[in-house]
Amino acid sequence: MSSAQQQTPVSTAGPITDITSLRSDFPILDQMVHGKPLVYLDSAASAQQPQAVIDAMVAHEQHDHANIHRGVHELSHRSTDAFEAARERVRAFINARNCNEIIFTRGTTESINLVAATLGRTQLEPGDEVLITHMEHHSNIVPWQLICAQTGAKLVPAPITGRGEVDADAFAQLLNERTKIVAIAHVSNALGTINPVKEMTAQARAANAVVLIDGAQATPHLKVDVRDLDCDFYAFSGHKMYGPTGVGVLYGKEALLDSMPPYQGGGEMILTVTFDKSTYAELPHKFEAGTPNITGVIGLGAAIDYLAGIDLDARCRYETELLSYATEALRTLPDMRIVGEAEQKSGVISFLLGKIHAHDLGTILDRDGIAVRTGHHCAMPVMDRYGIPATARASFGLYNNHDDVDRLIAGLRRALELFS
Amino acid sequence: MSDLTDLYREVILDHNRQPRNFGELDDADRVIEGVNPLCGDRMTLYIKLDDGRVDDVRFTGTGCAISVASSSLMTERVKGTTVDESLALFKQVHRMLTEQTDENECTELGKLAALSGVREYPSRIKCASLAWHALRTALTSDDEAISTE
Ligand SMILES: Cc1ncc(COP(=O)(O)O)c(C=O)c1O
Repeated sequence: MSSAQQQTPVSTAGPITDITSLRSDFPILDQMVHGKPLVYLDSAASAQQPQAVIDAMVAHEQHDHANIHRGVHELSHRSTDAFEAARERVRAFINARNCNEIIFTRGTTESINLVAATLGRTQLEPGDEVLITHMEHHSNIVPWQLICAQTGAKLVPAPITGRGEVDADAFAQLLNERTKIVAIAHVSNALGTINPVKEMTAQARAANAVVLIDGAQATPHLKVDVRDLDCDFYAFSGHKMYGPTGVGVLYGKEALLDSMPPYQGGGEMILTVTFDKSTYAELPHKFEAGTPNITGVIGLGAAIDYLAGIDLDARCRYETELLSYATEALRTLPDMRIVGEAEQKSGVISFLLGKIHAHDLGTILDRDGIAVRTGHHCAMPVMDRYGIPATARASFGLYNNHDDVDRLIAGLRRALELFS
Repeated sequence: MSDLTDLYREVILDHNRQPRNFGELDDADRVIEGVNPLCGDRMTLYIKLDDGRVDDVRFTGTGCAISVASSSLMTERVKGTTVDESLALFKQVHRMLTEQTDENECTELGKLAALSGVREYPSRIKCASLAWHALRTALTSDDEAISTE
């Protein structure tokens, strides 16, 4: 039996409800940075990994490493089994109908590029429209821009309000018979906004558009059910949800995936090859050319197991409470401007403090051992929308707590003093 | 040394608070845009040349304290110098920002030595060097956008 499979936690006690107990699962958090205990508030850029994920990957590398779907030997079998077991975990995690709908990619970015380069390239015609929103990450803008330039289609951004919500009326009005693809973030990485993607999907599908949801920031925090959402595609990354970098997922409805041409050519994705013509492998392998990130996929599977072992309601309650604690605490600071105040928000707070540039805040906090992101967060149009060059962003994972927020506030007070 | 006050020295904070030579220059001969893609900061440098000298120099844009102060200090220092002197200064400052320079060299640079604190902050060196790269580009070529990348 595969040792990677032995890593699957056997939970006899039911899902964990005490979220505060989870912090010790993350070995990286136990360290000093510039002489201070690390406070990691950059999970929206990349979340840390629990020991169980690290162990699953190490066990695979130590005992089972081999290429998949190729060998008749034992290690190749084990590797293939572990890889396909992870696919099944992903399927269950987002409630896809079957494993043919789960394509492993390098991450959200590649997942979106895959759809743009296959479905986009073959389906878009001059005058067609791709509708996105003003709050998209660059990875849900630029692939569409590239494909629009090639096909003569037009990229249309739906406006957002001052609070950071998609303008629902404008979105509805922009949908029309020329709209072929609608690509929207489930949760905004720059503003924290949770978009009403189920309603938006229904509207878009009523207009006969294909819908892709960028779920990079949603899978770590929310229950995602692709059948309930009824979207055509759902993209996400392992490293945002306590798994490793270099691995992600594209969910697609089977009939659509079937109708699309392959993305990349190579090994693994073919059935037969002659110099005249090749025939392609069945789903999902048709879209998985070349040797994939096997260890990464196994790590992602372990991250899903880890999340599955935690009570979802308890996790959501905890994260919501922490977000409001942090929001309140930040508001006690003079000249604090929070960018993104949507009704429905996930654990992301973008902010500006007085006239202090975000980059300076980032350096000052770093010297206090506090990791935040500063800059445009790969969402330059969002910065333009609010007329600001950059923000500092604190984002939370299930290992963060009130102490972390208090340290952040103390660090920001120090910045105010220094720049007074 | 990694004390924050070594990075944010009084001179830097002062020039950030009240940048010198801030604003556009209507009759500029050279206009250069500098972009720091890491943080999205932009600055525009305006230079008016007269007989091989930097007759006037101004800048606009947004940026962190280090980049604003560096731009301000740069304009203050190069105004009135010859193009050759300015280019020599670019080299000296560049060395100071990226290599270990000795006390003497720093003293020679006078007020500009305040920028030497960034050496201990690798992610901030580009903030300090942006204005200087823009200066060099302005003095060695015609209009074009430059980037610190
Ligand atoms: C909303 C959103 N979309 C897409 C991405 C891109 O993800 P990745 O870099 O893992 O491909 C990110 C990550 O930064 C994100 O936050």
